[in-house]
Amino acid sequence: MRNEPPTLHFEPADRCLTVDRLSVRYQGKAALRDVSLTVPRHRVTAFIGPSGCGKSTLLRSFNRMNDLIRGVEVTGRIQLFEDDILAPELDVTALRRRVGMVFQQPNPFPMSVFDNVAYGLRLQGLREQRALEGEVEWALRSAALWDEVKDRLDASALTLSGGQQQRLVIARAIAVRPEVLLLDEPASALDPISTLKIEELIGKLAEQYSIVVVTHNMQQAARVSHYTAFLYLGELVEFSGTDDLFTRPQARQTEDYITGRYG
Amino acid sequence: MREHVSGQYDAELDELRAMVTEMGGLVERQLSAVCEGLATWNADPAEPVIALDKAVNRLEVRIDDACTHIIAKRQPTASDLRLVMSIVKAITDLERIGDETTRIAKMLETLCALPPLRDPLPELTEMMTRVQSMLADALNAFVRVDEARALDVITRDRSVDRAYQALVERLLGEMEAHPAQLRSYHNVIWCARSFERIGDHAKNVGEYIIYLARGQDVRHQGLGAPSDR
Repeated sequence: MRNEPPTLHFEPADRCLTVDRLSVRYQGKAALRDVSLTVPRHRVTAFIGPSGCGKSTLLRSFNRMNDLIRGVEVTGRIQLFEDDILAPELDVTALRRRVGMVFQQPNPFPMSVFDNVAYGLRLQGLREQRALEGEVEWALRSAALWDEVKDRLDASALTLSGGQQQRLVIARAIAVRPEVLLLDEPASALDPISTLKIEELIGKLAEQYSIVVVTHNMQQAARVSHYTAFLYLGELVEFSGTDDLFTRPQARQTEDYITGRYG
Repeated sequence: MREHVSGQYDAELDELRAMVTEMGGLVERQLSAVCEGLATWNADPAEPVIALDKAVNRLEVRIDDACTHIIAKRQPTASDLRLVMSIVKAITDLERIGDETTRIAKMLETLCALPPLRDPLPELTEMMTRVQSMLADALNAFVRVDEARALDVITRDRSVDRAYQALVERLLGEMEAHPAQLRSYHNVIWCARSFERIGDHAKNVGEYIIYLARGQDVRHQGLGAPSDR
């Protein structure tokens, strides 16, 4: 038995996602081993670690994206507030409304800016134009994109720049007012200024959403997150406050990784 | 400590450590020279001490610059960040020690032009011995990131302070008894004051080493005070 990794504990009212001894195997090969941690509510939590450490697998467990992979076995428990989200009878579509996700490559639908943001709302049955307009404007404002697109809401979303597309995708994700926002390398395909805009946005969104970010960019994790988990070879090595993790990590492996001594 | 993936980064940090060691070595030479001069009532060491101070100042600027570049280019984290931060702070204290030795060197020149004092001053000798060993240990502890030795330096500052108080008491008495030598005593008090400050600076360096080693800021916590464990 290995020792319990350094971790953080939160009051029940501050817990958003509670992961208890989660293990994930892809066709028999372990991707996550016995991971336990709590993602706090209305905070930004970053997962860092080298490729293959399991950080994306962990992120994708939160909206059951891993279900789409053939031969996946999941054991352990994940609660979203009170709800067991690994329960077989769970309505996965309803879960994904509560847990929104944004990917590395901006993936706007080939339709207008407006329709992109209205997409999820229409799926939820919102038809009234005035109400839709109000919600779309709110989402675009929340994603810090409104001023740039308000005069071309009918233009194709594909005419936007990469950074604008990514903020559009974030607007689309938050339009349905999820509880959690999962961001998988949200800025790694963007230029430095667009990256800073996304980071600024993440900070603002944390006032209303619980956010989990997976990133290869350690400095980005340091800038945007309140808490950081370091994963290595499918195991949680350390989960600490971001300020502590980057100035005085408790685990030797964390120290080696964040100082660039990981070989 | 394992090596960085970037060999160049390792080289930059090594270079930084080497410059701090060099600066510490210069300051140690300044300190030992003024102690020698005071112990033998000889002003010869004064001039080289003053000359060395320019080299110390130049190194301070170079090290500061190197630290700025490392922060800008490498974004150091964890122990690397603590190393850079403690160096930025430590060199300020080393530079001040250099300034204090320069001050003592100038007073040494004044003192040696005056008639020698009649009685030995054991408290001054004690202060000189103690601050020299504190500085040497602080520099060694820095090179080895030796927490125990750094803590020892911090606690030893108290005895320098006590020797200083005792010396001032003695000199006040001597001044009353031998007013003709007032100028000399006055200069000796100023020298002692500088040694006392040097002890404080060596103690500060010890505190940065503890921060470097364990990421804990122990300043202003009465470490080394008698009430402390």
